[in-house]
Amino acid sequence: MEILTQIRALVAPLDRANVDTDAIIPKQFLKSIKRTGFGPNLFDAWRYLDHGEPGMDCSTRRLDPDFVLNASRYQGAQILLARDNFGCGSSREHAPWALLDAGFRVIIAPSFADIFYNNCFKNGILPITLPAHVVDELFSETTATEGYTLDVDLEARTITKPDDSRISFDIDEFRRHCLLNGLDDIALTLQHVDEIRAYETRRRAEAPWLFPESAS
Amino acid sequence: MAGKTLYDKIWDAHRVRQDPDGTTLLYIDRHLVHEVTSPQAFEGLRVAGRAPWRIDANLAVPDHNVPTQDRAQGIADPISRLQVETLDGNCVDFGITEFAMNDVRQGIVHVIGPEQGATLPGMTVVCGDSHTSTHGALGALAFGIGTSEVEHVLATQCLIQKKAKNMRVRVDGTLPPRVSGKDVILAVIGEIGTAGGTGHTIEFAGSVIRDLSLEARMTVCNMTIEAGARAGLVAVDDKTIDYVRGRPYAPQGDLWEQAVTAWRKLRSDPDAIFDREIVLDAATIRPQVSWGTSPEMVAAVDGVVPDPAQEADPVKRSGIEQALAYMDLRPHTAITDIRPNKIFIGSCTNSRIEDLRAAADVVRGQRIAESIDLAMVVPGSGLVKQQAEHEGLDRVFTDAGFEWREPGCSMCLAMNADRLEPGERCASTSNRNFEGRQGQGGRTHLVSPAMAAAAAVAGHFVDITAL
Ligand code: SF4
Repeated sequence: MEILTQIRALVAPLDRANVDTDAIIPKQFLKSIKRTGFGPNLFDAWRYLDHGEPGMDCSTRRLDPDFVLNASRYQGAQILLARDNFGCGSSREHAPWALLDAGFRVIIAPSFADIFYNNCFKNGILPITLPAHVVDELFSETTATEGYTLDVDLEARTITKPDDSRISFDIDEFRRHCLLNGLDDIALTLQHVDEIRAYETRRRAEAPWLFPESAS
Repeated sequence: MAGKTLYDKIWDAHRVRQDPDGTTLLYIDRHLVHEVTSPQAFEGLRVAGRAPWRIDANLAVPDHNVPTQDRAQGIADPISRLQVETLDGNCVDFGITEFAMNDVRQGIVHVIGPEQGATLPGMTVVCGDSHTSTHGALGALAFGIGTSEVEHVLATQCLIQKKAKNMRVRVDGTLPPRVSGKDVILAVIGEIGTAGGTGHTIEFAGSVIRDLSLEARMTVCNMTIEAGARAGLVAVDDKTIDYVRGRPYAPQGDLWEQAVTAWRKLRSDPDAIFDREIVLDAATIRPQVSWGTSPEMVAAVDGVVPDPAQEADPVKRSGIEQALAYMDLRPHTAITDIRPNKIFIGSCTNSRIEDLRAAADVVRGQRIAESIDLAMVVPGSGLVKQQAEHEGLDRVFTDAGFEWREPGCSMCLAMNADRLEPGERCASTSNRNFEGRQGQGGRTHLVSPAMAAAAAVAGHFVDITAL
């Protein structure tokens, strides 16, 4: 996982509530057995005028000029501004994979769906929850100012606006630590192998029907 | 000290370790695997040279990509075929039990878990699929995870988690006839919204939930994720124990007795405290029909499509406008004037035997309307299909003009060949009406099996309580 400490980047606004994972990456692209290559199909149904299928060359497809992320002023954005309940729906990790593949490292919204929020951290994406009125302000400023950038500092837990004013954000300490250090959860857990084994021994005595292989 | 909720009890029993900030290593008893969210996880294991921690805790089944007809021909779409074959190969390589496509036990992962007794009360159950919440109907703590976590469970039998808050949804009273578990959960989501349960585990309680069959409780828990909560739970009672008894993976003999003694304690203490509580009166719940592109956009069958002009909140108003434009509906249209051209009875929400019986009762001796282009029934598993055929339900459906298909996810998410074409309108017993969910440009109305069946016969939605 790529380390994330600090990022200064262009912001793109997606002004819709309840953006679901089917919208982020439509199901036909879930047939891939890889983790990469989903970027061109991010928001596929909104982004292109034709119907996308796996294997199509997206560089030759017609873009929908009305879809905000297609605007030339938002190309290269790495921070996505979103509305309530972003990432609701399925557990597909293909959603953060697609966002990451398309260059997004930070998503700011008033609220996120739980599984999506969790999946972001596993992939080096930082989801930031801010009060609705603060997000509202960011939306107005982003749309009003071409080239609007934010400076997100995970170490300091702050967002600095172009006018140098600061917004601080809360984040779970464990998750912050993992993102800052690019830590692999599995390796962390395997430091506790003895505790897992001890749990299993205790549990096997308490609830032997949960361990049928060794119960008889 | 206050008592514990059912969620507290299962959580505590599975805590391997806990850091001072509450970060917990939670032990996982059952891991269900399907073809879409697992290939990258198995690949990760291989790359890291790791082996699964406890092979017998895993059970795999292909369901999302499988065709629902002409199975003998295999899977026509090469990309789908590769994904299913990748699962087959991974299960062989790692020694994991798989109900492969042509096994009679194959079906939707959330149907076969309980059906096989692979999901047991008090277990922690996870799967790389958000509708894992279904299994909470058995008093198991069950929730969906992403692919990185699938790999984590495979490698360590644990997950790193933080505990959610406790929420209770109580539905009291008695449901009117023909109002089902599906209507209950749609009404709950209509009430609290799709983010209403975010950060919580919801326990469903009250006389209505107690009166529901295990299958209907599964329908309710299934859609908990549509209310924003990762897990739904129902306390264990005699019905739960009767349901589990004798299933292939359920304990037997002495172990069964021991298990039942422990399972009887799987209920919230009377003095347990919930962070949030919602109470619904069953008498007010009418058959529900979704009109929009989010499961909270529902109306009673005798209601009308809402008018965005009457919504004060600007974000919500534009949400309604976008939904109505996508659904091609006008404000104030009577729900019963909406005319689907396709009918889908299936999905992990409503494809169990009881669902098929409820739909068959409505269509028995009738014909689907001329205006219906396709009506299909997709049983949740090969065993559900077998049981339905044994009861003659397949004939009831085919005589009425329905197609009777092989088990799988099918048009719930349209990853296989079953899908809506742009502009088509479907009465569907599935769980999500998102844009494009059942096929790009397709329009989904979420309803119960009986409501879908009645719409097939009439060619428009009808109030089944008035039939
Ligand atoms: S039936 Fe639908 S909701 Fe259920 S697991 Fe399959 S795709 Fe997901």
